[in-house]
Amino acid sequence: MKLKSLIAAASIAALSAGMAYAEAHGGKVKVGMITTLSGGGAGLGLDVRDGFVLAAKGNENLELVIEDDQRKPDIAVQLADKLIQSEKVDVMTGIIWSNLAMAVVPAVTAQGKFYLSPNAGPSALAGKGCSPFYFNVAWQNDAFYEASGSWASENGIEKVFLMAPNYPAGTDGMTGFKRTFTGEVVDEVYTKLGQTDYAAEIAQIRASDADTVYFFLPGGMGISFMKQYAGSGVDKKVMGPAFSFDQGILGAIGDAALGVKNTSHWSKDIDNEANKKFVADFQAEYGRLPSLYAAQGYDTALLLQSAMGKADVKDAAAFQAALEEADFASVRGAFAFAPNHHPIQDIYMREVVKEGDIVTNKIIGVAASNHQDVYGADCKM
Amino acid sequence: MSLILLIEQVLNGLQFGVMLFLMAAGLTLIFGVMGLINLAHGSLYMVGAFAAAAVAGWTGSFALALVAALAAAAAAGALVELLVIRRLYDRDHLDQVLATFALILIFSEGTRWLFGSFPLFLDVPAALAGPVMLPGGILYPLYRLVIIGVGLLVALGLFWLIAKTRIGVQIRAGEADREMIAALGVDISKLYTLVFALGAALAGLAGALVGAIQSVQVGMGEPVLILAFVVIVIGGIGSIKGALVGSLLVGLTDTLGGVLLPPLLGIFMQASSATSVGSAVASMAIYILMVGVLLFKPSGLFGGT
Repeated sequence: MKLKSLIAAASIAALSAGMAYAEAHGGKVKVGMITTLSGGGAGLGLDVRDGFVLAAKGNENLELVIEDDQRKPDIAVQLADKLIQSEKVDVMTGIIWSNLAMAVVPAVTAQGKFYLSPNAGPSALAGKGCSPFYFNVAWQNDAFYEASGSWASENGIEKVFLMAPNYPAGTDGMTGFKRTFTGEVVDEVYTKLGQTDYAAEIAQIRASDADTVYFFLPGGMGISFMKQYAGSGVDKKVMGPAFSFDQGILGAIGDAALGVKNTSHWSKDIDNEANKKFVADFQAEYGRLPSLYAAQGYDTALLLQSAMGKADVKDAAAFQAALEEADFASVRGAFAFAPNHHPIQDIYMREVVKEGDIVTNKIIGVAASNHQDVYGADCKM
Repeated sequence: MSLILLIEQVLNGLQFGVMLFLMAAGLTLIFGVMGLINLAHGSLYMVGAFAAAAVAGWTGSFALALVAALAAAAAAGALVELLVIRRLYDRDHLDQVLATFALILIFSEGTRWLFGSFPLFLDVPAALAGPVMLPGGILYPLYRLVIIGVGLLVALGLFWLIAKTRIGVQIRAGEADREMIAALGVDISKLYTLVFALGAALAGLAGALVGAIQSVQVGMGEPVLILAFVVIVIGGIGSIKGALVGSLLVGLTDTLGGVLLPPLLGIFMQASSATSVGSAVASMAIYILMVGVLLFKPSGLFGGT
């Protein structure tokens, strides 16, 4: 009984302290991060969180509340309500998946809160559904695919076999690739979301006369496919967006991924001071190589802090203008916002190589310079 | 579509079916003998895969990894049976589903706590890597042939165990009438623990075998669990023979459906819509198969009553 009343007293004290703090909020920014920290795909959310926390380390004006959405849209919506209503956050960020972003972002921006996307750039939010309060620090969903398509066209790839899971991000990605690819698409296969066995598709690839396989299979699906592809003896070239060949995934694929080409806006070997510092700091802090998700989380925190230095978040118009300037040293090098608040940036072609014992990526060229999405034309702010 | 491609796809279907059998056999045994719906069976599959990946990473030996997977899954199964499942036999199915669902969450978070959120590396052993040329000019991955072989051996072993051994007699008797066999002096609680551990070991074996060509990650067991339930419903709950036939049917339907439906629909549809409709229908194919079987045989192909 004594213990219970002690806990109750402590929690009341904590509660009133929290409320007092919320009232005296000026100059500081409270950030609500909703991201995926458990269940499938937790690796992505962990990296975004760790990158963000690393860049915001030591900033006493930035208070961070982190919540786990478990990759479920309904939970993400509840958490967003909670963060806005009871935690009174000023800025939100963190969502990994497009379907969760579509469920949460419009409601957040409608309530006059800023949302900085560290991943996920659904086309609706880049075009008709754009908002002055919404900034995408990562990419519009089509970016990596369009860049792959143009790189493939310019580098003598003539016949491709397309493969993606049968869900919006998969079909959109393939549409993006076909938008810029001038060669022939031999076959298109849409697999079940979460499929783990690709023997049937690999047999189709073997039987087709394609010279290259272009696929988007995020997370575990990509790991399964690459391991099975390597064991099948099919020797067609493989390409994809960076999501299938990210640092967190490469460790599980191993040597089977060597030689694969993939497009990304970031790579750990981009040669600039900000990136060198980021890669070194991230390894020192967490003991693993950063992924592109970590880079995005890191850039998101840098962007936010650059705006905090210029304007008070309570003055929405000034804060928006400060964000639009994108006055921070991005780990990607040159970075600017298009009028629809989506990035204008270079997309690189990377190749999977082995450095010592570690399988990782190396840049082999620029696939699309100053890439900008096609949906901005529909955006009226 | 060439004949070679078709044969290759049939082999793929067989391999998938055999893998499902390893999962479904344990599930159907446990349901048949103890009347227990075990949703945590997928977690035991995951335990097997993680144990194999950890031991393979540590020792570099795939054989040791397989042994570790069997041992870890059997031990986890026995432990779970003693601590949790034992209290559920007399409850109704809803309680069992709730408790075993809780076990899924505990296993998933426990595994994440131990191994982290990133997928683990487990590769096919060098001796079994790469493709082999089969008669008729079919290039097929050796490891998948090995999975088919191991699965069929396990099936034979199970039939022998159930039909010819003393334990098999007790298991069959337990299925038929559990009070009577207790009255005849068989230690029923020991038998239940044994059956549960056996089912768990089979799931762990499947996890380790499949983990080498798939992704070893938290939550890998649940998609397979759903398919395993489809298999035992089609095959008839409690029947090992049903599980074998059901697995092969589901494996072949799933694989061949995905390959054959889009081009078939392409005959009388536009290519792009045939691809999307074909993929959508192919994902439903096994459930349509299940409905079809249940319409004519409500208790499954080899269901007792």
